[in-house]
This record gives sequence, structure tokens and C-alpha cells, in this order.
Amino acid sequence: MSSTETLVKDLVSKYGKSRNSLMPVLQGIVQEERYLSEEAMIFIAKELDLSAADVYGTASFYTFLDTVPRGKNIIRVCKTISCHMTGKDLIIETLEDILKVKVGQTTHDKNFTLLTANCLGWCHKGPVMLINDEVYPELTPSRTTEIVEEYMKNATH
Amino acid sequence: METKVIKKVDTIFDVVECNYIQVLEKTLAKTADEIILDIIDSGLKGRGGAGFPTGLKWKFTKNEENAVKYVICNADEGEPGTFKDREILDRVPEKVFTGMAICGYAIGAKEGYIYLRGEYNFLKQDLQMKIDLFNSQLADRDFDFKVFLRSGSGAYICGEESALFDSMEGLRGEPRNKPPYPTVAGYNLKPTAINNVETLVYVTMICRMGPESFKALGTKDSRGSKVFSVSGDTPTPGIYELELGMPLNQFVDEFGDGDTKAVQVGGASGHCVPRKKYNDTIIGFEGIPTGGSMMIFNSTRSMYNVLHDYLEFFTEESCGQCTPCRVGCQQLLKGIEAVKKGDKKPSYLEDLKKLAATMKIASKCGLGQSVSNPFNSIVDNFREEIIY
Repeated sequence: MSSTETLVKDLVSKYGKSRNSLMPVLQGIVQEERYLSEEAMIFIAKELDLSAADVYGTASFYTFLDTVPRGKNIIRVCKTISCHMTGKDLIIETLEDILKVKVGQTTHDKNFTLLTANCLGWCHKGPVMLINDEVYPELTPSRTTEIVEEYMKNATH
Repeated sequence: METKVIKKVDTIFDVVECNYIQVLEKTLAKTADEIILDIIDSGLKGRGGAGFPTGLKWKFTKNEENAVKYVICNADEGEPGTFKDREILDRVPEKVFTGMAICGYAIGAKEGYIYLRGEYNFLKQDLQMKIDLFNSQLADRDFDFKVFLRSGSGAYICGEESALFDSMEGLRGEPRNKPPYPTVAGYNLKPTAINNVETLVYVTMICRMGPESFKALGTKDSRGSKVFSVSGDTPTPGIYELELGMPLNQFVDEFGDGDTKAVQVGGASGHCVPRKKYNDTIIGFEGIPTGGSMMIFNSTRSMYNVLHDYLEFFTEESCGQCTPCRVGCQQLLKGIEAVKKGDKKPSYLEDLKKLAATMKIASKCGLGQSVSNPFNSIVDNFREEIIY
């Protein structure tokens, strides 16, 4: 059994073999593998007794359930109005500079994917970004650089 | 019309006073009908934005005959400019769980779900620990109710109640036709009472202090206080609990930077109020209701950029199932871009307003229906900024 298949089986036995478990199972895969491969979606369909198209239909609706490969760390910079007003453009430029990618792209070493997101709910402390599930409010370019360099260091260890 | 002087209060985040287990024990000694009457009597209206009377919602759900019913706490806070629910769940989650348990008892539900937006996943671990403790405290008292935690995955539309149910059922988060309403057929098509995070905290407080002390604040149409998320051009951005019914000019005096040209009340889907209307605008259900989002813009901001941001937001977050909303959002966005560039005459804005009016009538859910709020209020009050 591939590791993905094992993961799907584990998640299904944890959340139960019903359609209501589909979101937690999809979220569990993304947590581990950062995106939903065709293989993963086919396994899920089999385990939950759904069609693969049905699984893809649900997955493709949600911004956080990626169906294309992503880096190990997904950075999402809030681009909605309050963060726009406090300088999200500068934060995105800083990130593009350090990571040498544009928004929407993944670094060559597959360590980072840079994305934007709609309102992350930190309008009083913008600009803000999420790296995976961690939140980083009140960003400045230098603070942003520090944070990302920390993640880069951890990747090489 | 009755108005109130702006007043900061501190009931929601007050942790010292509220022993939630005591509140729960005291409340569960009453009958379900007594509790529902108290909530109706308090005049509490939903704090998520729509403002439906909470007690009535519970009464309708209770009146449905079904062995399985659900309580759902809508924590899919996604309206731009709103961040109060995150703060509530971070600081006083037990008050939310208690509100859910009281609701469960009142309507006859044994399961309660918190649907937390994916953007707040960092809260999950701590929240789950506190839920486990709460559930064990209920079990110790032989009270048959359990709280569960579910997550969203980055879709604004899932804050719409029927889209939220779909998401929990493993479907695309596409709003359903109404009726049937959630009180009749909600999650798993069972009778469901779905309440905003903040509403459930006020339930706990009303059960602790009685409806009278809740009613002592606010106006006839807008009882009590409410948590406001203040952001934008203000020296003091943050979360404030304020008495309902204040005029907007007082709010601007308190939070503005002295140069406030407009306040967007109620988030991207709310209304933009220009300076000349501050005196006549009341924050409450008799004036402009809000889920709490108050975005302040000073004279350095281009209202074209503000509207452009909102329309981009709606274009991306529209679920796409109904045409008026899917195509309407895109065309409004393209339309103001064309007017700005001079590709279309300024009078084209009138055509766009007709489109917004059509979206209001023909869209299936609140998302498409409310796009005309920011569109009309910004275009009408800041027409020059849109054109030039």
C-alpha cells in the first residue's frame, strides 16, 4: 500500500465511512501532503463509496483544498482592503524577492508556494500572512524576511 | 428616533464574573419553554449580520418534531473587516460552548457543531482541548449534549448557513433554495438552530443576568451591546463592545483620525456612509445593521480602489451556481474599470446600477443580493472618484 493509501484509510477510520467525513478527510490529506493528488482523490472515492468526480467536485470548490502540487510551506498573504491599505503590496514584493517566484508559483526546491488570500480576519493588525496554519500579523518587509528565513533554515536541517 | 450616546461596555470578554458551569446548572433547572421565552423577551437578534430574532429561531426549531436536531455555531467569520469571532473563540470559548448547550437543551438537540473557518486553524488545537473538557463536564452532570469541531477550507460563501450545511455534508458550499429554512431542514436535512459565535455568548449572558439587564442597553429595535471590529484609518484599530443605537458621528469622533471621509458599515457587503450622512446614521437594526465590521477611510483613500477591492472579493468568492451573481459580479468589476479608463461614458454607471438591482432581486443568496449595497452607496456618494 502506498503512503497516500494508508493515510486515506487512517483518516476514513478516524472520521467514519460517510459523506459527512469527506471534508475532514480531504483536509487531513492536505495537512500531510499539501495538495490532493489524483491518486489520493481516487482512494478517497473508493473508501467513501463516492465517484472520483464527486470527490474532485467538492475539493475543487475550496481555496484551501489544492488539487495541484504545492510547496512544503504555503504562504498566503491577505490582499483584502484593510491589508491593502496597510501595505500588502510591499509584503508581496518582499516575498517575491526572497523566494524568487511570483504569486501563484512554487519555488524550485518545492519548499514554498506563494499565494494571496481574501480577508484572513486580522484587519486591525495588517498586513498579515499565513504560513501553513500559522498566522503572522503586523508585517513589515524586514519582519517578513526574518520569518521566511527562519522557515528556510528549518528546511535545510 | 431613539438614539444612544456612544458607550463602551465590557460583558463579552469579562472572564472574572462568568462561571459558565454555574450558569449552565442554573439555566438547565428551567424548562425549555422558559429559556426560549427569556431569549425572546431579551430582544436578542443574531449578531452575524442578518439580525434574525434568536428566540424565535429557537422556538421554530423546538416546534419541529424530529428525534434528531442540531445546534450549529457559525464561526466561518469571513466578512472583510470582521475579526471579533476569532477573538471571542480565543479568549472566552467556554461562553460559546455554554450558549450551544443551552440552545441544545432548549430545542432538543444532542449534538452541537462549531464550523470554524480554515483561516483560523491555528485556534483548533487549543479549542479542541477546551471542548473535550467541556464535554466531560457535561457528561459528569448527566447532561446529554456534545460539542464537535469542524473546519472550513477557505470559502467565504460557507458563512451562508445553507452553504455551511452543504460543506459539513461533504458537498460544494453552494447555498440552497429557501424555504425550507434551517429550523425545518438544516444540517443533514434535520431541524437546525444555527447561530453566530457572538450571539451564543450573549445567550450565556442573558441566562446569567436575566433578560432585563440585557435590555437595559440599546434601543427598542436593537437591544443590548455588540462587538465591533474597527479597522482602516483609525489610531485605535481593534475590537470594542459598544452599546447599540449610537449615531455614526459619535463613532467617528471616537475612532476616526480627524479626517474620516467615509465609513463602510457592515463589511464589503454593507453600506458606505459618507461624511455628510454621519449625523443621520444610526448603528443598529433601525439604521444600518452590521455584523460588526467598521472600516474607516480618510481623505487620502480612493473610493474607486475601495469599490474595486470589494468587487474583486465578490467575484472570487461568488460560488458561481446562479448566473446573476456569477456574471453580475464580473460585469460590475469590468464596468467600473471601463468607466475609469474612459472606455465607457460616466452614464454607464447607471446601467451598472440596474445590473446591481437585478442581482439583488434575482440572486439565490445573500452574497449576490447584497453586492448592490456597497456598489450603490459608493457610486452614489463618490461618483467623481469612480469616473476620474
